Amino acid sequence: MARTGRNYTPQEMMVVCAAREIRDGEVVFVGMRLPLLAFALAKRTHAPTAVGLFENGLVRDQPADALLYTMGDSPNILGAEWANRTSALMGLLAQGHAHLGFVGGAEVDRFGNLNTSYIGPRDHPKVKLPGSGGGADIASLARRLAIIMAHERHRFPERVSYITSPGYGDGGDWRARVGLPRGGPAAVITTLAVLGFDPDTHEMLLRSWHPGGDAATVRANTGWDLRLTPDATATPVPSAAELRIIRECDPEGFWTHHA
Amino acid sequence: MPDRRMTMAEAISRHVPDGSVVALGCALEPLIPFAAGHAIIRQRRRDLTLVGPISDILFDQLIGAGCVARVVAAWVGNVSAGLGHCYRRAAEHGIPHPLVIEDHSNFSVSLALLAAALGAPYIPTTSLLGSDIARDHPTMRVLPSPLDDRPHLVVPALRPDVAILHVQRADAEGRAHAWGGLGICEEAALAARGVIYTAEEIVPAEVILSDPNRVLAPAFKTLAVVHTPGGAHPSPVQGYYGRDHAAFAEYHARTRTEEGYADWLREWVLDPPDRAAYLEHLGAARWADLAPDAPHLAAPVDYA
Repeated sequence: MARTGRNYTPQEMMVVCAAREIRDGEVVFVGMRLPLLAFALAKRTHAPTAVGLFENGLVRDQPADALLYTMGDSPNILGAEWANRTSALMGLLAQGHAHLGFVGGAEVDRFGNLNTSYIGPRDHPKVKLPGSGGGADIASLARRLAIIMAHERHRFPERVSYITSPGYGDGGDWRARVGLPRGGPAAVITTLAVLGFDPDTHEMLLRSWHPGGDAATVRANTGWDLRLTPDATATPVPSAAELRIIRECDPEGFWTHHA
Repeated sequence: MPDRRMTMAEAISRHVPDGSVVALGCALEPLIPFAAGHAIIRQRRRDLTLVGPISDILFDQLIGAGCVARVVAAWVGNVSAGLGHCYRRAAEHGIPHPLVIEDHSNFSVSLALLAAALGAPYIPTTSLLGSDIARDHPTMRVLPSPLDDRPHLVVPALRPDVAILHVQRADAEGRAHAWGGLGICEEAALAARGVIYTAEEIVPAEVILSDPNRVLAPAFKTLAVVHTPGGAHPSPVQGYYGRDHAAFAEYHARTRTEEGYADWLREWVLDPPDRAAYLEHLGAARWADLAPDAPHLAAPVDYA
């Protein structure tokens, strides 16, 4: 907990920011790790009627009542509203049913393209990353995408060397030109900041910096000349109630490192 | 109906020859057929093509053991602990030998199997357009739709030689019940030329036939049924045991080096001759800790 000098960890700040992206009544492609906690937090605060989708074929109204290490853990099946096939679940995504989807990435660039596949040349990579999983599908097909990232300069290059999950390509109307049906990144939630995208050029912009940091720190950890939204400000701190709920969901701090 | 029961060694020996295209880990994180994968390693299979969605550490183990020439998958690593060290060594340094990687997403690999399951040549989708997965894939192609000229990713049918699926229960003739998170199990079972089921329990046929909606695929697809209690450990089996998260963390820590992997492999794969010996090595206390706290039975259905 000492890492921020505050009463919450960077991961808890990210969970709170991710939860704030979820609107009540939305169908949310939840995925794994921090978004699992964000979904639970949103359900218990401002979005009680949000519904969660999981790519192994699950729909849940209520979050599982145990900490999940993977979406396929037995407690995530118990109490599901629907347990079916990956192709059927992804078909719902392809139809446009998911308002919001979460993905993580190793690298994200100026136009929100994500690389989770290869660092270095594809035929001789410096690091072979695990790949897409369902991430590229969520990035292609959800109406809005929220990206969860550690904010380090090498993870924010101006241009990723490999596009695993499409963002806005080289900007503008690229998604429409390549045939993607909708969507694109709406938010990038990092250990330092929350970023959004210019509505026309689709360039990533700084929306808010987390308390303890500032715009200059975020810019110094970003690999291009990052611009700010007109109303950029500090991220509101997590409330005591938000932290209490997160710690009830992750009592040992496996995902949020608070213990 | 024929009796399709056999030992694990016999099932792998007869139905997974060198060079096979094998679908594994089709339920994503649960029901991973680790016992079958370990038998493949002990029999020193070579030049396999592995097909799967998100594959947890079984793919990493098979790659490290030198069984694999090609990976057709959406994700290879350690779901709760991070990157797969053997996968990295193979892709980055050709250790123990080079690997051909055909990247997919979970949707595209499920569509490839679904196309084969439907007997269709391909299925079009708008997922992955603009991605380098679509750009670099050897057989998927971006083409204009014949209906409206809009771009689509054409995902060709993918037919594995064999799907190896771990299930809760099966009968001797080769009909299997599976439940919980099923991922792409049904597509894989229907697409593959044949299926090997490893099952927690072998039950009388009338148990399976009492609930035909829950049968994964018709028995004429079944090559073998292997009674394998605990055969998915450390992955979970709904109603039987939970996920052994510590085992995934231990594997991650111990396999950072080639020597560490060799040591892990000897302890958990090469030394135990079969799954019973593996479970004995795991220990009764650790195994008992993974048992569900209480049953959660579904309401019976009436097929009258």
